[in-house]
Amino acid sequence: MNECASEQTNYSIMSTIEKKQAIKGGEFLLRETAAREVFIPEEFGEEQRMMAEATKDFIDSEITPNVERMDSMEPGFMPALLEKAGELGLLAVGVPEEYGGLGMSFNTSMLITEVIGGTGSFSTTYGAHTGIGTLPIQYYGNEAQKAKYLPKLASGEWKAAYCLTEPDAGSDANAGKTKAVLNEAGTHYLITGQKMWISNGGFADVFIVFAKIDDDKNHSAFIVERSFGGISMNDEEKKMGIKGSSTRQIFFNECPVPVENLLSERGNGFKIAVNILNVGRIKLAAGCIGGSKVVIDNAVNYANERQQFGTAIANFGAIKQKLAEMAIRTFATESASYRAGQDIEDKIEDLKANGLPKNQAVLKALEQFAIECAMMKCHGSEVLDYVTDEGVQVYGGMGYSAEAPMERAYRDARITRIYEGTNEINRMLLVGMLLKRAMKGELALFDAAKAVAGELMSLPTHEEASGLLAQEKAAVNKLKKAVLMVLGKAAQDLGQQLQQEQEVMMAIADMIIEVYVAESVLLRAEKLVALRGEENCQEQIAMARVYTYEAIERVGAFGREAILSFAAEEDRKMLLLGLKRFTKPLMLNPKALRRQVADAMIAQNRYIF
Amino acid sequence: MKILVCVSHVPDTTTKIQFESDGSALNKTGVTFVINPYDEFGLSRAIGFKEEGKSVNITVLCVGGPEVEPTLRKALAIGADDAVRINTQANDPAYVAAQIASYAEGKEFDLIFTGKESIDYNGSTVPGMLAEHLLWPFVSFATKMDLQDEERAVLHREVDGGEEVVETSLPVVVSCQKGIAEWRIPNMRGIMAARKKPLAVVSPAEITPYFQTVRYNYPPPKGECVYFEPDQAGKLIETLAQKGLI
Repeated sequence: MNECASEQTNYSIMSTIEKKQAIKGGEFLLRETAAREVFIPEEFGEEQRMMAEATKDFIDSEITPNVERMDSMEPGFMPALLEKAGELGLLAVGVPEEYGGLGMSFNTSMLITEVIGGTGSFSTTYGAHTGIGTLPIQYYGNEAQKAKYLPKLASGEWKAAYCLTEPDAGSDANAGKTKAVLNEAGTHYLITGQKMWISNGGFADVFIVFAKIDDDKNHSAFIVERSFGGISMNDEEKKMGIKGSSTRQIFFNECPVPVENLLSERGNGFKIAVNILNVGRIKLAAGCIGGSKVVIDNAVNYANERQQFGTAIANFGAIKQKLAEMAIRTFATESASYRAGQDIEDKIEDLKANGLPKNQAVLKALEQFAIECAMMKCHGSEVLDYVTDEGVQVYGGMGYSAEAPMERAYRDARITRIYEGTNEINRMLLVGMLLKRAMKGELALFDAAKAVAGELMSLPTHEEASGLLAQEKAAVNKLKKAVLMVLGKAAQDLGQQLQQEQEVMMAIADMIIEVYVAESVLLRAEKLVALRGEENCQEQIAMARVYTYEAIERVGAFGREAILSFAAEEDRKMLLLGLKRFTKPLMLNPKALRRQVADAMIAQNRYIF
Repeated sequence: MKILVCVSHVPDTTTKIQFESDGSALNKTGVTFVINPYDEFGLSRAIGFKEEGKSVNITVLCVGGPEVEPTLRKALAIGADDAVRINTQANDPAYVAAQIASYAEGKEFDLIFTGKESIDYNGSTVPGMLAEHLLWPFVSFATKMDLQDEERAVLHREVDGGEEVVETSLPVVVSCQKGIAEWRIPNMRGIMAARKKPLAVVSPAEITPYFQTVRYNYPPPKGECVYFEPDQAGKLIETLAQKGLI
């Protein structure tokens, strides 16, 4: 008991010291992070929990009983829902106080997004409005623009949409053909072009539109009001899921936009688009966590109720394995997302302390952690897809029926791997960014890779790690070496050509993601033990161990795939031996650990972590 | 007008109740606590008076240790003006009623709201005893309440097979039933404002607890279902007779 108390004291002292040194994005690969450095969701305060609870109450009273009305696109339902959310302050969470917002922290806005993540169509509507719709003005708007638009967006009086994608410019966003031409009087830009897949398009009052002025190479961004005229749109798209969210094709035909509505500077649009998508990506990861938790709640509840062979199916190992695995992956992606969220927050504070205005600090911090944002987008959305898929399976035949909640959850989840940059684009981006930073000398990646290559020449040491989670932490350190070995060698062998070898890039991206998530879940378990005592964290420890065990297997498989795909024959053997050395399986009983996790949820009849 | 809203800190309605192994107390591990939903009706009605333009100060009160403060802050976030925690464990209904009465005495409240019952012990006895201590009128199971003026109120209350409309003088103790108001979700601004509202901790009056809970028992496990085929009517009658049911 006393030991636990002294640990806590150390934490507060150490975290004060640590806070002064915000880390760099991507740096996790090169350093050993201490548990005290990471934020874990269990550290959210009473006020933040109350906000999450109120958000849940809003969902339970306004959305859950009305899902059919929402998804059948009952006229006016969705805009009214946004307005109700606005009344509660849910649209104002991240908006600065001087513009009618609440000015809450980055991780608090992540938490609210997480809770809303379980609402399918509304989640997309909310994300489009508060994220990509509002943030360009919040981060890039001048005083007049912010004063005019932000209070109305924060209250829900005006609704926002973001118009980047075009029929021939999806992942290749800068290929957009929409044009802006200054009128003769020099008072207005006339925007002409076609935009696609515009969330909230049907009812938005304000559109952030990307267009190229004259023959510019780069986009510029404009704040366009529906009332400006020259805007028409197609009917609502018929979609696989999130059917209640408005998705339109929008046509701008010499839409007159006052010159003062140019956002930031001419030609700055692509930069705005990319930076805003960084926020969108990590927020999307938060939403996926919330979606996964709702599905697990339902799956556990159904498994407890559904009787077969004279007993609840929750009593079967095959079902326990599913429930546990759903929880483990959700817990892991949550650990990594909030860790990244706090790293962003710390960086913002660090930059502000160094004299940067808040907006610029936020943008710089997000740019710094763009790698983590991309990683969490991929991981979170894939966890959600996995969880909903297994959710359908736990429900059996009922999972396939539109009468039960799983069918909708399954369809709604699928878009998350596509929008905010496809997961493939994000994988390419994150490896590309890492390499770019290494080339620029911002990250000492190649030195570290050389050191690992040197280590391969020496005999392996057999140090047995002892202590709680020590074995797992040692394993994650080795996984980092596996990443450095493969990434370093690929960069060395292929040079610029690596960017063209997308299969290799994706395999390396997967290795990196697994390492980040495994380390995050271990750090969370370790910090929790320090805060609550080992005896109160048995399931969390089990989850961290199983995730690490699985991450090792996956890193091994992706590493093999990469090595066999790019390495010259004479190097393969050495690299594969190295990979084997760095991905030695953990000796644990995954079945017993997963059962422990599942049993705890089954007893409480819900997701409890 | 001064309104006192009494709230209990109770396990969430979906909690799977478990007792300590010796049955002496509720096992609180992993249990989420909420404002007793019936008490929340009272809070919501009090806020309603404010919204109707009346000059109202709402004090929310809970008898309990520091662990109940989140419940009080939630009430502040919903719209109460200030909060009071009587720093003692809510041992039994008579003790709680005496503590609240002792606090309310002389503070010139015009109205005290409670829930019709707390969803943990379902005693329904605190408001009646409280009114008795204060020598105030008591209207139970109120489904509607309007103020006529500063001294009189009209209330609707549930009775078997219908409702009763009563008129009462103020001050009055009212226990609230569904219908008197809708629950409210605290808005984000309210949540942020709550931390700035006063929460006073007051010492309990010297009152000896009236009784002590000896043990909690679980309900007996459900019996198994026995099925009879259509041609086994005789066996069914025999079984029912054996159980003394016919």
